[in-house]
Amino acid sequence: MTGEDLVSVIMSIEARAKPREKCAMPSAMIPVDALPGFMRSMRDDPRLSFDMLCTHTAVDWLGENRFELVYVLYSTKHRHYVTVSTSIPRDKPEASSVSSIWRIAEWQEREVYDLMGVLYSGHPDLRRMFLEDDWVGFPLRKDYKDTFMLGLPE
Amino acid sequence: MTTSPITLADRIAAAPADASSLATQEYFVNMGPQHPSTHGVLRLLVKLDGETVREVIPVVGYIHRGIEKMGEYLTYRKFIHLSDRLDYLSAITNNWVVCMAVEKAAGIETNDRIQTIRTLCAELQRIQSHQLWWGVFGMDLGAFTAFLYGFRDREMVTDIFEETTGARLTMNYIQPGGLMYDIHPDFVKGVKKFIEYFKPKLAEYEQLVSGNVIIQARLRGIGVMSSESAISLGTTGPVLRGSGVEYDLRKTEPYGVYSKVQFDVPVGRIGDCWDRYWVRMEEMRQSIRIIEQLIDNIPEGKHMMIKPTAKIKLPEGLSYSQAETARGILGVLIVSDGSDKPYRIHLRSPNFNNLWSVTAMGPGLRIADLVAILSSIDIVVPDIDR
Repeated sequence: MTGEDLVSVIMSIEARAKPREKCAMPSAMIPVDALPGFMRSMRDDPRLSFDMLCTHTAVDWLGENRFELVYVLYSTKHRHYVTVSTSIPRDKPEASSVSSIWRIAEWQEREVYDLMGVLYSGHPDLRRMFLEDDWVGFPLRKDYKDTFMLGLPE
Repeated sequence: MTTSPITLADRIAAAPADASSLATQEYFVNMGPQHPSTHGVLRLLVKLDGETVREVIPVVGYIHRGIEKMGEYLTYRKFIHLSDRLDYLSAITNNWVVCMAVEKAAGIETNDRIQTIRTLCAELQRIQSHQLWWGVFGMDLGAFTAFLYGFRDREMVTDIFEETTGARLTMNYIQPGGLMYDIHPDFVKGVKKFIEYFKPKLAEYEQLVSGNVIIQARLRGIGVMSSESAISLGTTGPVLRGSGVEYDLRKTEPYGVYSKVQFDVPVGRIGDCWDRYWVRMEEMRQSIRIIEQLIDNIPEGKHMMIKPTAKIKLPEGLSYSQAETARGILGVLIVSDGSDKPYRIHLRSPNFNNLWSVTAMGPGLRIADLVAILSSIDIVVPDIDR
């Protein structure tokens, strides 16, 4: 399947999906409320069968007051990739967990919570990963500051 | 609905006592952060019932350095130096992944000589990494001799790298648009000598460890992972291929000169510790095969295509590149805002994802089996913590 075919199949699953701008690979940008159902059909639809979650991370768009959640999916059956992204407001960073779809998501989402402060509803074990339990703030956010930082971002 | 995070203390809070008089008490034991088989500072909180493992909770972050955050303040060329410090046993491959991402997005061309040398170095690195794994694997299972043999033979590759790159660990050799230096005049001779030396030694490895009755008993049927769970658990590299999934980027999406060489992708059958062991042993043979095909055919050409001082700017947008390191797939996700520094750089590291499979394989086994499983997934802690 070519990139365009892939995107049109994805569009047929979720009408509100549109390609992410300036993305080097096939991509889909969806509203956050569609996330759990959309991801499940991405895995279960035989034309797509994205059975592996390669990576999941978040990008802090401070100027636009939003976090972008990025998921890179791969299908070991069809050997194709797709980038799924969704936006959540910065002051209410909540999204549904996809850990019931891919087991690795539980682990990757915990990292995003720890460093970016995104709260995943339905996550079985949402707690700090690299940092201590009483750490204040989320270091990968663009406006994060602490006294240990050598060069404070201007 | 509000989502509230919990702490480690909540996680290990005592379960309500069972009313039955036959109930046994479950308890927690810390394995690490200073345990020899955790290969660095990794802590596993193990819930036990007698000696049977009920649950494994990995606790990571003891050497977290915030490489992703640092990356946002460094230019692309500077960031490559941090990539060595991820999985230090795949330093050159890590450099390559970052360079590949930068070259792809910025449209920097390279030549055949550069790609051939990169491929050769990556395969040498794979052999060297698997040699260390084999040695440490033996030691974890109580065969100390293997450790000495593995380190003795690894030394030869380290010497070759030292000659060419100037470093024995955290080699920083690959740059966007080429290589830091051209190969040392003795490189080809040294690699050939090593291959000649190592081939019979690999057979000796098999005699020493693979056929050993104790090793077989400790590995066969232990830590079985089906291909479906291996995929869902996000494992890559020898761990995934041990479970029978033929997913090797060198074959499925060839980069470098992998499309020009002949090699096989070994896969396991049932996904136990033995399969993962066997896959790695076979990968060393395949790496030798690749090196033998390339070593006499290094094309002539320049080793650097752009000025080392040239400013590299990536066009605005999101890009994702990946390559097969010795332990699995390292992916680099770059979000660029058009400047010479990444707006956000995310590293999908193989060990971080492979470690999660321990939580699925461990329950039901004994502590000693947990050591075998940890060794068979071959973790390097700096790559988990990043």
